[in-house]
This record gives sequence, structure tokens and C-alpha cells, in this order.
Amino acid sequence: MFSYCTDPEALEGLAWLSCYLTTGKHMGLYISVVTVLVLLAITAPVALAFGFAGATAARSKFLPLRWLGKGYTSIVRGVPDIAFFMFFVIALDQGFEWLRHQVKCPDWPDAIRQGNDFVVCTAAKLPLSASPQWLHETYAFFLAVLTFAIVFGAFAANVLFGAMRAVPRPQLETAEAYGMTRRQTFWRILVPQMWVYALPGLSNLWMVLIKATPLLFLLGVEDIVYWARELGGTKNARFTDYPHGDWRMWYFFALLVFYLSFTKVSEVVLERIMKRLTHGQATSGGEAQRRANA
Amino acid sequence: MSCWVTVQDYALRSIGIGERLLPKSDFTLCQQFTLIGSGMFWNIYFGVLALMTGFFFATALAVGKNSSSAWARKPSEWFIFIFRGSPLFIQFFFAYFVFLTLKQSVPLLAPFTAAWLGALVVLFCNTAAYSGEIFYGALLSIPKGDTEAADAYGLSGWARFRRIVFPTMMRLAWPAYTNEAIFLFHATTLVFFSGFPVLRQQGDALYYASYFADKTFNPFIPYPILAFYFIILTLIVVGLFGLVNNRLNRHLPQERRTKMRFRPNIIR
Repeated sequence: MFSYCTDPEALEGLAWLSCYLTTGKHMGLYISVVTVLVLLAITAPVALAFGFAGATAARSKFLPLRWLGKGYTSIVRGVPDIAFFMFFVIALDQGFEWLRHQVKCPDWPDAIRQGNDFVVCTAAKLPLSASPQWLHETYAFFLAVLTFAIVFGAFAANVLFGAMRAVPRPQLETAEAYGMTRRQTFWRILVPQMWVYALPGLSNLWMVLIKATPLLFLLGVEDIVYWARELGGTKNARFTDYPHGDWRMWYFFALLVFYLSFTKVSEVVLERIMKRLTHGQATSGGEAQRRANA
Repeated sequence: MSCWVTVQDYALRSIGIGERLLPKSDFTLCQQFTLIGSGMFWNIYFGVLALMTGFFFATALAVGKNSSSAWARKPSEWFIFIFRGSPLFIQFFFAYFVFLTLKQSVPLLAPFTAAWLGALVVLFCNTAAYSGEIFYGALLSIPKGDTEAADAYGLSGWARFRRIVFPTMMRLAWPAYTNEAIFLFHATTLVFFSGFPVLRQQGDALYYASYFADKTFNPFIPYPILAFYFIILTLIVVGLFGLVNNRLNRHLPQERRTKMRFRPNIIR
């Protein structure tokens, strides 16, 4: 990358390192860090929306909808989450292809499941086999985001459901006394107040979500784990200008430090948000703040 | 081939007893049930051993974190922070490559590069850190009256810890510790996807489930089977820990007993 990098063999110490860490492949590693951040940025709000829908459904008066909500919130308990990740990626992919198959090739004569194969017509393939490489990668990433959102949505639904129940009953009774409808009470009283009760759970969930990002590796996305393994492996002088031994240990050490600092920063930020949210609330935290200021 | 023959061939496949080759085609439901169930051996092995050994270390960590001496407090705090703040998946990878590197200079450490020992060490440290934090929280919420009463009786040091602090700490921490245990069993599924090699295809339940999913390209059979096994395992763990919970709370009046709430933690 730098001008002095043309002859790596002549380099020493820091200059060598600066050149080594800016090779094209390392750029792949840095891009994958961005991928992780993008995944977090997209997944968090989507999962929250899934969770909100799930929690609302679980409180519904309409029985089947309530069952659906309760089923969704309890689906992820008792079974290892990794199993869900691995299951949803294939299941979603096949589900989409099956739907497209039904729409695009209604008069296809053969069965879709033939023994050990899953065959849909060429037009229903997702993405189309003729489409460019970046589309395939984006599709894999999209599936990963959806999987994360479904699994974490269920966790979030759990947290939000608890938070909705934690809002003091008198608040809702007051709203009823003022003649608000069920819908108005929900949107104007319950939802604004529930966040303070949900935040400890949600911040815990955010930490968990950060720590779940390496699982992208299992979903077939070229993420940081993939690159750390790739770049750290022994490099022979015949194939690269920067030969080195097995450095995977150091690459994973760097990842460990990356995640530790990420969680530490989140912890500090979330603590600040908590402080702001409890301000003026009728909870012990809010009361403590009031006393401290008085 | 009848189902009984399959069970004979594959029931102990995960520890290397029975048929050497995994089924290659014409997968039957029976094969999937038997092999995935056979893989559960590893999940139980890792879970049980890590829990039993981690328990003692976790107690030490909790007491250390609560200590007034910085020499005991700081290392415990850092240990807990490092293992709780980073993904288990990365910890497995890191540990595996550290053991690989160490093996070159100290050949005696060779067994650590195999999953049965190396992954166990990681799980041990991990569960010790998570349970240590739980125990520490419980330690902080021991009723003041209990320790004051201990002081009044002239109990101090080890006797005070063993008779008053430790039982109360356990009682308060137990419901959360149950969830940690359930969760640890779930975390064991990561082992064979994180660097540690699968020797002679002797993997855990998820390894076999994903083997079938890859071969049949049909996730709808192996993963629900895996889920079935894990739900049973979870129920057993909840049952066993519930018995211990009853014993820990046996001196309390019925309504003050802490209820077990099944609320497992998620991914670490």
C-alpha cells in the first residue's frame, strides 16, 4: 500500500509490519470487520421489531395470535442456539426457493425433494446461477441477517413481554379512568414506560448479540473468523512476499481483544443510556437519582 | 437392515465403538436418531465435567472478587471480564491455536490440542467465570442479619464462610446457576465447529446433525431430532437442580422458598 512496500524482503521491523498489515488480503479482514458492524447495525433494529411484534402478539386477546406469540418467545429456549442458526439458514433458503418455484414454474412435473436432492426449476434458483458473485455474497449475508433477527427477535420478545408486564398496573388503570381505549393505553402509556424496564434485558441482549457475531462463520459468510484463519496460517515464501509461520494464535488474540474492547465500550454507553432513561421514573433507580440531586 | 442392527452399529459411534464408516446414502430415520443420540455423549461429557470442576473455581472467583485485598480482587475481576466479555467461539479458536503453538516447544502438552481435554479447559474457565459472577451477585445479597448473627455467635474466618456465607450464597444463586448449567450444555455444541478437530468423525450431536443436513440437504429432520435430545437433557438438568434447590431451601417456610424459573441465558 505504501510506496516503500515494493520490496518487502528489504524491510525490517515496523516498516515490514506496516506493509504486511496493509496487503490486499488484510483489507479483506478489515472489510469483514465492517461486515460485522453492518450486521449488528441491521440486525439490532430488525430483531427489536420482531421482538416487539412477538411480545404484542403474546399479549393479544385473540387466542391463536397469543399462541403464535407465546410459541415464538419460547421456541428458542431449551435448544442450543447454534442449532437454530444452522437450521434457519438452510430452511429459509429452501423456503424462498420453494415459494419462487410455486410461482414461477407451476407446471413443473417432478417432485422437489428427490431422495437427497432439493431440485427447483432454474428460474426459481435464488440467486439465479447466472447472477454475479457479489449478489451471491449479498444473498448469503441477507440470509444471515434474517436468521440472526429471527433468533434474537425471540429473545427480545421475551424481554419486552416481561417489561410490558412490569409497568405498574395503576398507570394503566389511570389511563382507563381517563377513558382511553385499549389501543390508546398501549401506545401512549404502556410503550413509552416499558423501555426503562426493558433496558437491562435489552442491553444484556446487545452484549449477547455482539458475542454471537463470530457465528457468521458457521453461516458461510466470509467473516473475521474466516480471515483470521486464512491470514494466520503458515505462509510459504514461494507464494507470498510476506512469509511467516503459524500466526493464527496472534490473529485470534487480536479478535479477542477486539471483542473485549467492543463489549467494554458498549457497557459504558449502555450505562449512560440507563442513567438518562431512569431520570424521573417511579423506580428505585429514578428515586436514587432524585435523592442524589436533592 | 433393521433398526436394532443400526443401534448396535452406531449407538457408541461417537466414542469410536461400532461401525467405522458413517452411513453414506439411503439415510433412515433410525440412523439419524441413533447417531445424533450417540453424539450426545460428548455434550454430556463436556457439560458435566466442566460444571463439576468449574463450580469450585467459581466459588473461589466469587470470594476473590468480593475480597478487600486488591491482590485477590483484581485477578478475579479480570478473569471474569475476559471470559464473559469475549465470545466463547473465539475463546475456543484462540485456545486451540495456543495449545498448538505450545505443543511445539512442550510435547507433553499434546493432549490439549484434542477436544476432549483442550475444549474442556476452555469450558471450565468459561463456566467458572459466568458462575463466578452469579455467585458474586449472590454474595452481595446475603442478608445483613445473617452475617451479623454469625459475628454475634463468634464465628469467623473459615467456619463463618462454611456455615453461614456459603450455604446462603448457594441458596440465592441456585436458580441463576441452574440456567447457567443448561446454557453450558448448549454451549458444548460449539466445540467441534471451532478449530478442535473431529477425530475419526467422532463428534458431538450437532456435528452429526449437520452431517445429515449436509448429506440429505434436508434440515427439517436432523435438527428437530437434535432439539428433541436437548429438550430432554434440559428437562433432566432442571429436575436434578430442582432437587438440590429443594434441599438448599428446606429450612425456609414454604412461601419464602425461591422458585425455580426456567430462563436460560443465551449465546456467549
